[in-house]
Amino acid sequence: MNHGRHDGGGETVALRMAGISKRFGPVQALSDVTFTARKGTVHALVGENGAGKSTLMKVLAGVHQPDAGQVEIGGQERVFANPGEAIEAGISMIYQELDLAEDLTVAANVFLGMELRGRLPLTVDHGRMADETQALADRFNFQIDAAATVSDLSTGDCQIVEVLKALMRKASIIVMDEPTSSLSEREATRLFEIVRDLRSRGYTIIYISHRLEEIVDLADDISVLRDGNVVHTGSAANLEIPQIVHYMVGRELKDFYPARQVEVGEVLFSAEHIGSAAGVEDISFEVRRGEIVGMAGLVGAGRTEVARAIFGVDKRTAGTLRLDGETISIASPADAIANGIAYLTEDRKRTGLCLELPCSWNVTLPNLCGIGMRHLISPGREMRIAREYGSRISVKWASPTAPADSLSGGNQQKVLIARWLLAESKFLIVDEPTRGIDVGAKKEIYTLLNALAGQGKGILFISSELPELFGVTDRILVMRRGRLVGNLKTKDASPDYVMHLAAVEDN
Amino acid sequence: MGKLTRQLLPFGTLILIVGGLSILRPETFLTLENFLNVLRRSSVPGIIALGMTFVIISAGIDLSVGSMLAIAGMIGGLVLANLSGWPFWAAALIASLLTVAMGGVCGLMNGTMITRLKLPPFIVTLGTMSAFRGISYVMNDGQPYDMPTYRYLGEGVIPLWKTLETPVQGQFALDVERVLWPWQNVNLSDLAERSRVVSHGIPVSVLIFALLIAAAGFLLKYTRLGRYTYAIGSNKQAAFHSGINVNWNLTAIYALTGLFTGIAAMIQNSRTVSAQPTAGAALELDVIAAVVIGGASLSGGRGTLTGTVIGILLISFLRNGCTMLGISTNIQLIVIGVIIIVAVSVDQLARSRAIAIDD
Repeated sequence: MNHGRHDGGGETVALRMAGISKRFGPVQALSDVTFTARKGTVHALVGENGAGKSTLMKVLAGVHQPDAGQVEIGGQERVFANPGEAIEAGISMIYQELDLAEDLTVAANVFLGMELRGRLPLTVDHGRMADETQALADRFNFQIDAAATVSDLSTGDCQIVEVLKALMRKASIIVMDEPTSSLSEREATRLFEIVRDLRSRGYTIIYISHRLEEIVDLADDISVLRDGNVVHTGSAANLEIPQIVHYMVGRELKDFYPARQVEVGEVLFSAEHIGSAAGVEDISFEVRRGEIVGMAGLVGAGRTEVARAIFGVDKRTAGTLRLDGETISIASPADAIANGIAYLTEDRKRTGLCLELPCSWNVTLPNLCGIGMRHLISPGREMRIAREYGSRISVKWASPTAPADSLSGGNQQKVLIARWLLAESKFLIVDEPTRGIDVGAKKEIYTLLNALAGQGKGILFISSELPELFGVTDRILVMRRGRLVGNLKTKDASPDYVMHLAAVEDN
Repeated sequence: MGKLTRQLLPFGTLILIVGGLSILRPETFLTLENFLNVLRRSSVPGIIALGMTFVIISAGIDLSVGSMLAIAGMIGGLVLANLSGWPFWAAALIASLLTVAMGGVCGLMNGTMITRLKLPPFIVTLGTMSAFRGISYVMNDGQPYDMPTYRYLGEGVIPLWKTLETPVQGQFALDVERVLWPWQNVNLSDLAERSRVVSHGIPVSVLIFALLIAAAGFLLKYTRLGRYTYAIGSNKQAAFHSGINVNWNLTAIYALTGLFTGIAAMIQNSRTVSAQPTAGAALELDVIAAVVIGGASLSGGRGTLTGTVIGILLISFLRNGCTMLGISTNIQLIVIGVIIIVAVSVDQLARSRAIAIDD
């Protein structure tokens, strides 16, 4: 059902993938997908997790070979047998998890695998590589030092290194997979400028993102994948977000954010003048029962550090924490959990889940004492509890014994939420809970948080996405450079003002 | 499917080896005596491998267990030698307890250094491997302690039946005259001269091994220590953020391995009727090999005790079989090396196929 097809209107086609099908065992990942990108445009590729975007791009990059179909590029029909052939043909991939050698310099990364030879045999001419990298960066007005070590760079700068890598390999088609998922708003804005500039210089960008706001802003064309099929492809000009969401999920998502009708009660949690060695200072705020308090700020503003100071991950250097009016002392996550505080961390793979262990174990991990198991674990009871909590928030798992890494991102997040539900936490800190998960799962998580607030719990909601902060919270705290610079009622605030507080240095 | 292949592969190999040898050497291999003998020889590395399973699941390694076996054993020998005036049972009891305790102390030292100095387990136990061995040599100037009466753990059996044996042309062959129940007695004076009554049953060392398998299995499956071992090995950060005291649990895991090694040292002393400073040289390699063949992952989070027991039996039967077939110990080393690499690579292959679907 390819309606509204855009045929390029006389402009040249940079790339055409025709009739691509790919099957993994029982799963038909792509069926007869046709995808055309016009030269000098930004073509957005959207779809829920598992829709087939990454598979399609891996076929383009030569990582996967399709069961049927071929890639037409530069008037040639071909199938790339390996990534080398795709790069040769001018295709560069920038993956979500950037592929950089952290300990090497920017120049060494840009020339990785195609190093310039030095005068002596077996040597590499670092000087010339640095010069050429710097010249390329300057030509594109990228503010970056070719001699810097990658591990010292921000995520935004690492993106630029990836772009330089692509340009140095004479790529004409650059695929970006979720490039803004870990960028601050400011860095994202800079990336958009770069993308627009590349477009005006005739490069073709294929842009994969979950953030629909940025897509309607940036893209010339949009293709929507669902269950391995292209359900819509065409110009972005007349397309609005609700329509895109409709194509993605196959249904209209009315009321994307749940209605807030919660009675806000007594003060549940308060932080008074807390600070930590990780660079946050003098943070004071309260969270009431039933209240969802947002925390906005740029990446690096110290939001996660506040959460870590409260939860006992980082050592607190100053301040008092109170729960239900009583001072609590927290020196470790164990203390925080014992006091009824939960922390859904921002990086579920690094600090949340034990990926190869069963989902049920992940749910019960902090709760092994205190759910009637005494000092021993009863596998039968554990299974029942996991099943009960899993179904309460509809986690889709084959069985609670399935390893956590067999689940999609959204379901992994739900396993972690089930963990803290089971802990019967009174105060939940959720740090970027919807990062990298699809639209349907996002909505479920908002509804869930809303329901938890309805039960009288307090929630601190850290997020880099202003729309969701405005959609879900009662109040918004704004962080800048390790300090709290704003505490606003959500209904009286505007996104522009929050952004201004977060990003602009006054005085 | 992953879990099944992980267990099935070493188990299948074990069955293959036992089956093959039963056909090739039915009269020597396929006897109760030989099987009990193999189990008896498995008990020392096997008991240590139980502890090593915890260590490897927690994403650690303990290279010092061989040296620890020696140092713990030497303590036992030293104590026994110095308590010569005491009644034997009391001296043996104290020597045994101190042997086990010494193992625990050594393990505690490993655990403490790993968690407090934040050093990789490989480095810490590489260091203690050398240091413990050195101390074992220093203790008695490189000489062993003889423990001529310290026999029970090595030779003793829990009697299930007895046989009455009579010499045939001066030799006690398998010429069994009568089989008796353990409670039956015969008046030796009624018998032909030089007849004797021999007890048969489960060797004490094998019984200890079996009890420890059950205890370790219980710890791993039903206690928080066991569960946290998996969690720490799978993702230390996630374990910490779930309120687990990672340092305490890791220390306990290394101390547990030390205790198990101490128990093994007690049996080793009794089997050789002496405490040898050279005991357990390169033993850590067999132990780690058994755990890895059993499906545990050196990167942590994966492993089972069933797998480890299969792994240790596989190595023991292989050694036993090679000896019976007249294959030299040099060739045995090659065969075991190949098995380790094949077992792990087949396991990896099965796993990578299971996660081929991405997106």
